[in-house]
Amino acid sequence: MSNVILEMRNITKTFPGVKALDNVNFSVKQGEIHALVGENGAGKSTLMKVLSGVYPYGTYDGEIYFQGQECRFRDIVESEKVGLVIIHQELALIPFLSIAENLFLGNERAENGIIHWNEAISQTRDLLKRVGLDESPQTLITDIGVGKQQLVEIAKALAKEVKLLILDEPTASLNESDSQNLLNLLLQFKEHGISSILISHKLSEVSKVADSITILRDGATIETIDCHVDQISEDRIIRGMVGRDLTHRFPPRNAEVGDVIFEVRDWNVYHPLHEDRKVSNNVNISVRKGEVVGISGLMGAGRTELAMSIFGHAYGTRISGKALKHGKEIDVSTIDKAIANGIAYATEDRKSYGLVLIETIKDNITIANLDDVSSGGVINEPREIQATVGYREALNIKCSSILQETVNLSGGNQQKVVLSKWLFAHPEILILDEPTRGIDVGAKYEIYTIINRLAEEGKGIILISSELPEILGVCDRIYVMRDGKIVGEMASSEASQEAIMKCIMTQ
Amino acid sequence: MKTLTALFKSNIREYGMLIALVAIMIFFQFATQGILMRPINITNLVLQNSYIIVMALGMLLIIVSGWIDLSVGSVAAFVGAIAAVLMVKLGFHWSLTMLLCLVAGALVGAWQGYWVAYVKIPAFIVTLAGMLIFRGLTLLILQGEAVGPFPVEFQRLSTGFIPDIFNFEGFHITTMLIAVIMVVGLFVMDYRARQNQLRYGFEVTPMYFFIAKNALISGAILGLCYLMASYKGLPNVLIVMAALIALFSFVTSQTVIGRRIYAMGGNEKAARLSGVNTPRLLFLTFVNMGVLAALAGMIVAARLNTATPKAGVGFELDVIAACFIGGASASGGIGTIIGAVVGAFVIGVMNNGMSIMGIGIDWQQAIKGFVLLMAVFFDVYNKNKG
Repeated sequence: MSNVILEMRNITKTFPGVKALDNVNFSVKQGEIHALVGENGAGKSTLMKVLSGVYPYGTYDGEIYFQGQECRFRDIVESEKVGLVIIHQELALIPFLSIAENLFLGNERAENGIIHWNEAISQTRDLLKRVGLDESPQTLITDIGVGKQQLVEIAKALAKEVKLLILDEPTASLNESDSQNLLNLLLQFKEHGISSILISHKLSEVSKVADSITILRDGATIETIDCHVDQISEDRIIRGMVGRDLTHRFPPRNAEVGDVIFEVRDWNVYHPLHEDRKVSNNVNISVRKGEVVGISGLMGAGRTELAMSIFGHAYGTRISGKALKHGKEIDVSTIDKAIANGIAYATEDRKSYGLVLIETIKDNITIANLDDVSSGGVINEPREIQATVGYREALNIKCSSILQETVNLSGGNQQKVVLSKWLFAHPEILILDEPTRGIDVGAKYEIYTIINRLAEEGKGIILISSELPEILGVCDRIYVMRDGKIVGEMASSEASQEAIMKCIMTQ
Repeated sequence: MKTLTALFKSNIREYGMLIALVAIMIFFQFATQGILMRPINITNLVLQNSYIIVMALGMLLIIVSGWIDLSVGSVAAFVGAIAAVLMVKLGFHWSLTMLLCLVAGALVGAWQGYWVAYVKIPAFIVTLAGMLIFRGLTLLILQGEAVGPFPVEFQRLSTGFIPDIFNFEGFHITTMLIAVIMVVGLFVMDYRARQNQLRYGFEVTPMYFFIAKNALISGAILGLCYLMASYKGLPNVLIVMAALIALFSFVTSQTVIGRRIYAMGGNEKAARLSGVNTPRLLFLTFVNMGVLAALAGMIVAARLNTATPKAGVGFELDVIAACFIGGASASGGIGTIIGAVVGAFVIGVMNNGMSIMGIGIDWQQAIKGFVLLMAVFFDVYNKNKG
């Protein structure tokens, strides 16, 4: 069993000015699930890019042995040929092609350039069965959810006769049950002798499935834990990742909860394309001054849709219902009206909906409230700079200057820019949609601290999150949503992960 | 302190095309045995390119928004035809005609903007249709023939020069005076911006680089104005053009609407979720393009002193090329007014220089195409490296 399938020795990779990897040693045994954990920027992705040939041989120092052979991959095609397949966080599927077409893209079942569709489709059926996906091979990718797309990616890897599967944050955008599914699949593969490397921020799933855990910090290996020998605890992993004790994963809260500040009554929203489908069904929610209210639920429960429909009708059609602030009805029919009425919505997808990546931190922060830094339509740049610099300090945005483009920031810092943007719009009600998705433990803690501070300032905060510990650790009160309906409401003091899951699952 | 080479590298992207323009001018100065820089030719160069630059200002905003407008040549011809019919056939006063023409341009822009911004048909298709529609309407209005000549006042838009208040024989002193005022103004503005940056602790270019840069730009402006002063002075159209360049530079860099256009082009969804009314903004960008195309159409008509059905054919290509040579990004969000103006001059100088050298239209086109490709390649290359 202790056959080593992959060994990476003394890997060093430097970028201009930065040593991304410093003498990293990393080995994976035959048929194990090996978790690779570390903060954002610790070097996990770089290490995997070295392994898969994205950074070709010669651009790094060190040696790679796969199944006893030294490998010098020049590109990703060569690494896939020996059975090393990497599935990236951002899925690489073509939306308007079918599952079968995607499965064999670049690996077509063809002779002289002519595709054997019958063979391809029958093989697709087998592969889909292996990953437990019940869809027709002809279904278009765009018509299936993210969870199923992830399975298609894995089936695609199987089609390439994968021996070592590398998954980069595979469950980042999956809900609990889809995540479960995927992890079970990895365990199944393990039975069949396929090894996997699992990069994940979710320590609960790491400790559930991993046989070994390697912790990276600042481009160096901190330790490798054998889960069958050592006692592992999340605290130990976190300590290794951040290099310090995180006694509390959630900062203490002492905001005073006041009167109801914002309320939504009888809120109904229909799907923009399928106009007879209700995505929000008679929703009634409220948030008090200084309160953090969580909305829990599975992916597709309609949480984001609800939030966006409240935020200036940014989603859906035939929207009906009332929005009230301090008991008085307000107009939220367009986004600028919603902002003017003190509502802010920080999106779950900061790269496509939250930031203008090619623009600077400064320009991103002020875009939602340029009126504050301009007079007569002319921007007062000194005033703008002053305001932005303040947020850089208050939220501890790590950057070379506020004139840095946001595209180069890490996920946590990008999220802080998004938050700054909405703080600068001076809202009374903040809707935060998955604010800690894909960011590391240290940055998460900072985001929670910011949320608490906002609550203390008397703002009402609605937090949408798929991570139950987060909902429980940060919120005062929790709504549970399913199929566009609010199906439960509980004070977090009485709530538990089991209670929430039960609420979600019972029909 | 930074070394000279490092400084050069960090500024090459910003000033790369300007340096290329100077190189191209020096090349043609030799290749044409000095004809390029003769006062009369410099004046001609400005007159020939004024309408390209005017349209490039609007096009840049459209390209920064993430779209394109293929119809500007046809729209310019269409408006020129309207001007001709109003003045020559119906006897309208020239000032009323000009006003109506600008309104017509705005309506054309509104028409196209409506389809792009509100009905969400890609601008490539809408303006390709517009290119055909307005060319057809031009033919219809002119009934297939050239209409002219125009009243003298209207012609002055293109062929007139500013009056010399000093009336000095053989040299246009007012021109030089304006040039000096402009140089001083630019220097003061640049110096203030630098002081401001220093005050906020931003990294600035060293003083000697700053002085050298300003000396070069001042020298170029004074030199060109000197050449024009020794011919007939500054053309009217140059004044119009300079005012528009200044206005659009200001709008793109200092105003709320400018900032929003860049945000919309950089990420339309994020801009919309930040409260920017993106459809309306895009609509207005097209209206603006229509007005500028109308102005360009009048300049062309005034210059030729007739409105012809063939006017403005192929203009859109020069205008779009100018923006891309000037560093605008086809995917939106990136581009500067000054870049587009420099790009327009690169094209203009090449057109002019190659014509003087007697290079046929066949080779001219091929060379221009190649330069466009190389300019964009240079940009992409620098981006990947940086």
